[in-house]
Amino acid sequence: MNDITKYLAGRVTTGGMNRREFMGRAMAAGVTLAAASQLYATSASAQAPKKGGNLKLGLEGGAATDSIDPAKATSQVMFTAVRTWGDTLVETHPETRAPVPSLAESWSPSPDAKTWTFKIRKGVQFHDGKEMTTDDVVATLKRHSDSKTESGAAGVLKSIKSIENKSGNLVVTLDSGNADLPAIFTDYHLVIQPNGGVDAPNAGIGTGAYKVKSFEPGVRMTFEKNTSDWRSDRGYVETVEIITMNDATARIAALSSGQVQFINRVDPKTVPLLTRAPTVQLLTTSGGGHYVFIMHCDKAPFDNNDLRMALKLSIDREEMVKRILGGYGKVGNDFPINDTYALFPEGIEQRSYDPDKAKFHFKKSGHSGSVLLRTSEVAFPGAVDASVLFQQSAKKAGIDIEIKREPGDGYWSNVWNVQPFSASYWGSRATQDQFYSGAYLSSADWNDTRFKNEKFDKLLITARGELDEAKRREMYRDMAVLVRDEGGTILPMFNDFVNAASKKLQGYVKDIGNDMSNGYVATRVWLDA
Amino acid sequence: MSNSTEAGGSPARSLRERFPLLSIIAQRMVLSLILLLAVSALIFGGVEALPGDFASTYLGQSATPEAVANITAELGLDRPLVTRYFDWLGGVLQGDFGTSWASRNSVSEQVGNRLGNSLFLAAFAAVIAVPLAICLGMLSVHFRDRIPDKIINVISLAAISLPEFFVGYLLILYFAVNFGIATFPATVYQGMGFMERLQTIALPTATLVLVVLAHMMRMTRAAILSVMSSAYMETAELKGLSGWRAIVKHAAPNALAPIINVVALNLAYLVVGVVVVEVVFVYPGMGQYMVDAVTVRDMPVVQACGLIFAAVYILLNMVADILAIIANPRLRHPR
Repeated sequence: MNDITKYLAGRVTTGGMNRREFMGRAMAAGVTLAAASQLYATSASAQAPKKGGNLKLGLEGGAATDSIDPAKATSQVMFTAVRTWGDTLVETHPETRAPVPSLAESWSPSPDAKTWTFKIRKGVQFHDGKEMTTDDVVATLKRHSDSKTESGAAGVLKSIKSIENKSGNLVVTLDSGNADLPAIFTDYHLVIQPNGGVDAPNAGIGTGAYKVKSFEPGVRMTFEKNTSDWRSDRGYVETVEIITMNDATARIAALSSGQVQFINRVDPKTVPLLTRAPTVQLLTTSGGGHYVFIMHCDKAPFDNNDLRMALKLSIDREEMVKRILGGYGKVGNDFPINDTYALFPEGIEQRSYDPDKAKFHFKKSGHSGSVLLRTSEVAFPGAVDASVLFQQSAKKAGIDIEIKREPGDGYWSNVWNVQPFSASYWGSRATQDQFYSGAYLSSADWNDTRFKNEKFDKLLITARGELDEAKRREMYRDMAVLVRDEGGTILPMFNDFVNAASKKLQGYVKDIGNDMSNGYVATRVWLDA
Repeated sequence: MSNSTEAGGSPARSLRERFPLLSIIAQRMVLSLILLLAVSALIFGGVEALPGDFASTYLGQSATPEAVANITAELGLDRPLVTRYFDWLGGVLQGDFGTSWASRNSVSEQVGNRLGNSLFLAAFAAVIAVPLAICLGMLSVHFRDRIPDKIINVISLAAISLPEFFVGYLLILYFAVNFGIATFPATVYQGMGFMERLQTIALPTATLVLVVLAHMMRMTRAAILSVMSSAYMETAELKGLSGWRAIVKHAAPNALAPIINVVALNLAYLVVGVVVVEVVFVYPGMGQYMVDAVTVRDMPVVQACGLIFAAVYILLNMVADILAIIANPRLRHPR
């Protein structure tokens, strides 16, 4: 074992690296595949989970307006809370993001992917001692998908035609085929509640690893271990406490003084200072969230593809990742999918900064004068700085970008999706289909680039009903290329999730599904005394 | 009795003559009520005029037009503005601030909690800051232009010149992170013991004391100094009173009015103006609650907080006015 592999193995043991990352780096260091795999297994098992202790999380993204009803969970705090007390039918694999069983034991589609049958797990108890039944599952899905729902998951469940309990199995019928239905059921809003939460949406009763003990919105939420948990591979700490800390400095002070063991949303600029503390470890995970500049493809001057291409070529992506993300991210390629998605189309040529080519396309577009970019600090962290960087790099290509700084308050209702050229961000979605359906389909609610392409729409619908993975992958490649070369999205970077924890916190799983180990952080880690 | 009424002309006038102090106080109270009513209309109007609507802000990127429509309909925002204002005002008069749009909980209940926290922190800070400021003010008059006066001045001015969040961060850095002797975050919650609570809020209290101290201290010093130059203080000195006794017995009571005013102003600040300190110390007070509500356009909460803040300001200023009137013989016995 050479020094590099030794170092890597050490990081696996302390929970600082997942399998995919480990294998990649170890092999780059000259270790064979089999040897690396073997090494990972031994390092990972060197750490036996310890039970007990009180885990304190200091999280950004809670407010006095938070509601414990999973249908209304939107903030980071409530997302983590829901994952702590509830279970969904299906979970995603932390490394591949493939659907894996949770409350549903198994599932199978009809050949046209229109009718899906889910076998529901038996012998699972809710926190109040009642047995979870298929009827509870049916009621939950109905509550989130009926026409009067206020659920955040309503959009992804739109295509559901019927939800039934057929001799103990859940049978879901769709308007049109969708090969991704199991992945949709991993949505965190869709935790199974007794009678679907119709009677008591705010009870916080589920089947998760922890029971809700107290809840003060925007302040603090406490949990205690669910002693009759149906799973034994989670829930190591005795009690969990989530404290809402919206001030970045407060989070860092709380972590470095040892008052909390985990914080989220670490500002990349403060990482070098934070990691100087000997008790702190940095936990970064790549994710599908990204920062964008969006152009409306149907409004002048952005209705001209040459102008769009000129702008895409005049942004310096490497510099953005370095300056805006402090290196904690990856460059984007002007389509909203990266390798954190299943069926990611590999091998599409990376677009890079090319002032000469940009000049050529700008000239061809026939546009003269400046283009107006609207930006705001709330568009994404560092959006104003990123806009100025964009302005500077475009200047070298002879393109004049005028920046208008908009007030943060009201940005999402007055500027984003209204003005033709603005800064914005997107979080990750469960599948490529979900992302494209929400933001790139001609008729999508949030088609914020006004990208309307018949060929794309047709591909999207066909791919959705296609059960053959190879064929699907091919279609997703064609769609990505369409968006990249004709769309209105300038996508310079995908941001990593940057969290930090005390070194006592172990077993952290880097889950590419979402931030904070896909929200499961409290159920997956343990505290080393 | 009846004679004097006849002799004094109209009954109202005679009342004013017989109880000049009471009637001035009553007048102040009525004025304050009218002011509060005007503020309530202003708050309601202002909140209505805010851009952006609740449903789409609350749901964010997961909002579909159907979900937005469902929420808007459920909240009954289709009724005319004036009707909604009077409905709201009627509820407020009975102590009911309505239901939060976001969490669907009673606003009064939540506000009660948060207001309790804010008042607790403010009271604790005031109990330390007010006597300390007045004592320091008197001390610096006593040692006027000598070393103690200068030290008091420099330290308190330095504290007020630093922004409050910076004072807070400094205290956190030294007392929580470096020395590890203070509790941080200062999050209090229901069911916490009294002593534990006091210990938890030590750092935010210290920050607030440092921030409000200088203002009150300097006003005390200036007010007493202006009294010191008057003739009766000279007499006090000539009849052989010690400097300290002259300040405490003769100068301070006569300088009360401006001191009361500045104390009231600072007390009001301690209740309504400390949102930054709340955020820095993760303290669940009113300010933080209101900011959360504004961000998602949760109007009932914003209105309730606005009105309570206004009421606190008006109440404290009214009390200050009344105390100043009582403390001032010329206002007590007007000619």
